[in-house]
Amino acid sequence: MLYLKFVSIHLKSQMQYKTSFFLTILGQFLASFTALLGVWFMFERFPEVEGFTFPEVLLCVATVLLAFSLAECFGRGLDQFPQLISNGMFDRILVRPRSAVFQVLTARIDFSRLGRFVQAVLVFAYAIPASGVQWSWDKILTLILMVVCGSIVFFCLFMVYAGFAFFFVEGLEFMNIFTDGGREFGRYPFAVYGEKVLKFLTYVIPLALFQYYPLLYLLDREQGLLFMLSPLGGLLFAVPAYLFWHLGLRRYVSTGS
Amino acid sequence: MKKYQALFTIRFSSGLQYRAAALGGIATQFAWGFMELLAFLAFYKANPGAYPMEFSQTVSYIWLQQAFLALFMTWFYEQDIFETITSGAVAYELVRPIDLYNRWFCHSAANRLARAVLRCFPILLVAFIVPEPLRMSLPPDLGQFGLFMISVPLSLGVVVAFTMLVYISVFFTLSPIGVRIVAALLADFLAGGIVPLPFFPDVVRGVVEILPFAAMQNMPLRIYSGHISGAAAVRGLFLQAFWFVILVVLGKLWMKLALRRAVVQGG
Amino acid sequence: MIELKGISKSFRVAKREAGLKEAVKALFARQHETVHALQDVSFTIGDGEMVGYIGPNGAGKSTTIKIMCGILHPDSGGCVINGRVPWRDRVAHVRDIGVVFGQRSQLWWDVPVADSFALLKDIYKVSDADYRRSLSELTELLDLKELLKTPARSLSLGQRMRCELAASLIHDPKILFLDEPTIGLDAVSKIAVRQFIKKLNQERGTTVILTTHDMQDIEALTERIILIGKGRILLDGSLQELKRRSASQKRITFEYNGPEPSLPAGTKVIERGPHRLVIELEKEWLSVSEAIAQISAQVDVVDISVTGMSAEEMVAQLYREYAL
Repeated sequence: MLYLKFVSIHLKSQMQYKTSFFLTILGQFLASFTALLGVWFMFERFPEVEGFTFPEVLLCVATVLLAFSLAECFGRGLDQFPQLISNGMFDRILVRPRSAVFQVLTARIDFSRLGRFVQAVLVFAYAIPASGVQWSWDKILTLILMVVCGSIVFFCLFMVYAGFAFFFVEGLEFMNIFTDGGREFGRYPFAVYGEKVLKFLTYVIPLALFQYYPLLYLLDREQGLLFMLSPLGGLLFAVPAYLFWHLGLRRYVSTGS
Repeated sequence: MKKYQALFTIRFSSGLQYRAAALGGIATQFAWGFMELLAFLAFYKANPGAYPMEFSQTVSYIWLQQAFLALFMTWFYEQDIFETITSGAVAYELVRPIDLYNRWFCHSAANRLARAVLRCFPILLVAFIVPEPLRMSLPPDLGQFGLFMISVPLSLGVVVAFTMLVYISVFFTLSPIGVRIVAALLADFLAGGIVPLPFFPDVVRGVVEILPFAAMQNMPLRIYSGHISGAAAVRGLFLQAFWFVILVVLGKLWMKLALRRAVVQGG
Repeated sequence: MIELKGISKSFRVAKREAGLKEAVKALFARQHETVHALQDVSFTIGDGEMVGYIGPNGAGKSTTIKIMCGILHPDSGGCVINGRVPWRDRVAHVRDIGVVFGQRSQLWWDVPVADSFALLKDIYKVSDADYRRSLSELTELLDLKELLKTPARSLSLGQRMRCELAASLIHDPKILFLDEPTIGLDAVSKIAVRQFIKKLNQERGTTVILTTHDMQDIEALTERIILIGKGRILLDGSLQELKRRSASQKRITFEYNGPEPSLPAGTKVIERGPHRLVIELEKEWLSVSEAIAQISAQVDVVDISVTGMSAEEMVAQLYREYAL
């Protein structure tokens, strides 16, 4: 499969610079570690927030981090799309007989992004037993859905970001609120930020669908299939994300910039 | 002095060019501050007794942090300085009749200032009109504001002097990645960039409060909100000045050493 | 077969001026202007032709190439290449073309060149048999054997260009677009690249469209040139035609002993120094031999050389003529 061949060529390339590769992994690890430390400091002072305890919040931290790191590892090409446009790489992509999205995705595959992944796994290792969740098959399934659908939602956000790059050369930073912001603020269950933010993150940018609602199910605060399967709802986000990207592409071929 | 002024103007006006980038930055920083505050508010509501500062002080702290992000961020570096060092082009820089440390210092400070000037006003404007409890308040009195105005440039000085050390370290490591990431993250955390220092557990806090990192954003932001006031604030300014001098002297000495090495090795 | 009919394209660009005051002004109001990159461009290129597409920077060369590659829609006009409209049928169209952007690499930087080729094989869905044949042919023609195991980043510019050419040809395209293929190369590599392109055109019958600033490329390779300036086609014809157009003057350089000679009628001094004289003459007025005879009657001529105008000068003259 062609994708795997791209994976292998990127892996080979990155192994050429082993030191910098491992240092970047370390950096990724540390970056999310200081955020974690911040959470820990807060819970040293306050036993709970909005009724969530430290181990419960850690479950949140780990889910979001894992989902984000997966999306970032494989969607890195989208994340770096503005550079692909400005250095002409995107023109090269358009003269090759494959779908543009596929080629953008495979233009960069960054394995050093797995630094966060390692951290997320470690936090999971602590939080899964410590959170006091009575693990059963349905809950394990829910947790897997949270991670998988979460990474797809982040992936779609990268795609929207890349879509904006067709329209603006600069100022794309504001999308960080949803990508990096989603990761950073996703460390607390989104209900913490109040009802309006929760609604926004449910109906507009569906970050809460793979974080807050299924978490309630895991913690036995809510029963019912709706909460258990809510991560699947986030997948709908793929439709507008893809359409937006496509709109941008059409603009690109009509303006060339 | 004139050449530094010219250098400053060039940097400053090229920084102004990126209007859309500034708009994007403003929107991001505003939304970021908003989310941060909502999280702090949730903790405050959970147990006001355990909250180590007035909530309104956190509000001022976070808004100012976002408005002046460009001045205080420890993870912002000038890519071209790194490239100058690693590519060996630094030899050409030595030909110019201007002290390299001062030049880079000026370059970094101007760039940060240009970014901050563009971004701070819209953010502050909105911060002063959003509804309570997230509305930003004025400093307790004029004296406190005066202290804040002294503290901001000192803090910028400490941050830039700190980043200078990171640049210079590249003369020795030749790869900016490692040191840069670790230094930036550590400094950001210890300066109160992620959680303000008053929220640190008391054991840690005693030490952290006197480190050079506490002389960065921590000081002006807490002085403005009145969390550090009066004699404590004056002591704070002395701490900032102390670290500023130490870091600059250290940087200059180290730079001298690095350049001697670079020249001997032929760049 | 490439057919362009009445292609026009314009862009809106932001103006940006220097100075702090301007920078502040631009913060609030930005001025735009419309640039007509192409205006009513039409030409037809047959299969197996080799065409030099020339013009000064910003004349619209790369816009035309982008349109022919399917990367860009024109505002109006039609373009049909091998029976397809490039931008409407992108994937099918690009399978038939190869593109070399002289200043941008298409090789994966940190892996051996052979790995890049293998990946391109899969991207273009080339069969194993075709790939082996194509690769061995290209390896021989471009002398790549030693380079295949080297990562692209450690190749010299000339070596890299040879690999770039091979990379664009692995899928045996019918049309090859070359954007400044010899830029920055040393003399030996330039010649190697030119020879290869010529051979490719003769043996595989590949249609080649070449943009370049190096007139030696044009002289060595193409029969036909299309000259574009300010978005319009100014000339479409052979190199000979270009020569005729640029009223071909002859230049004679004398090295001599003795006092300065007086000039024959119908000549113009280009350079005059002690013991050195360069003149240019109109053919209709005076033949080369007459001019030489007149000068050597006056002074003791040590050395003589006669040159025509180089293609480079002709093009420069044309640019001047059209005020580009």
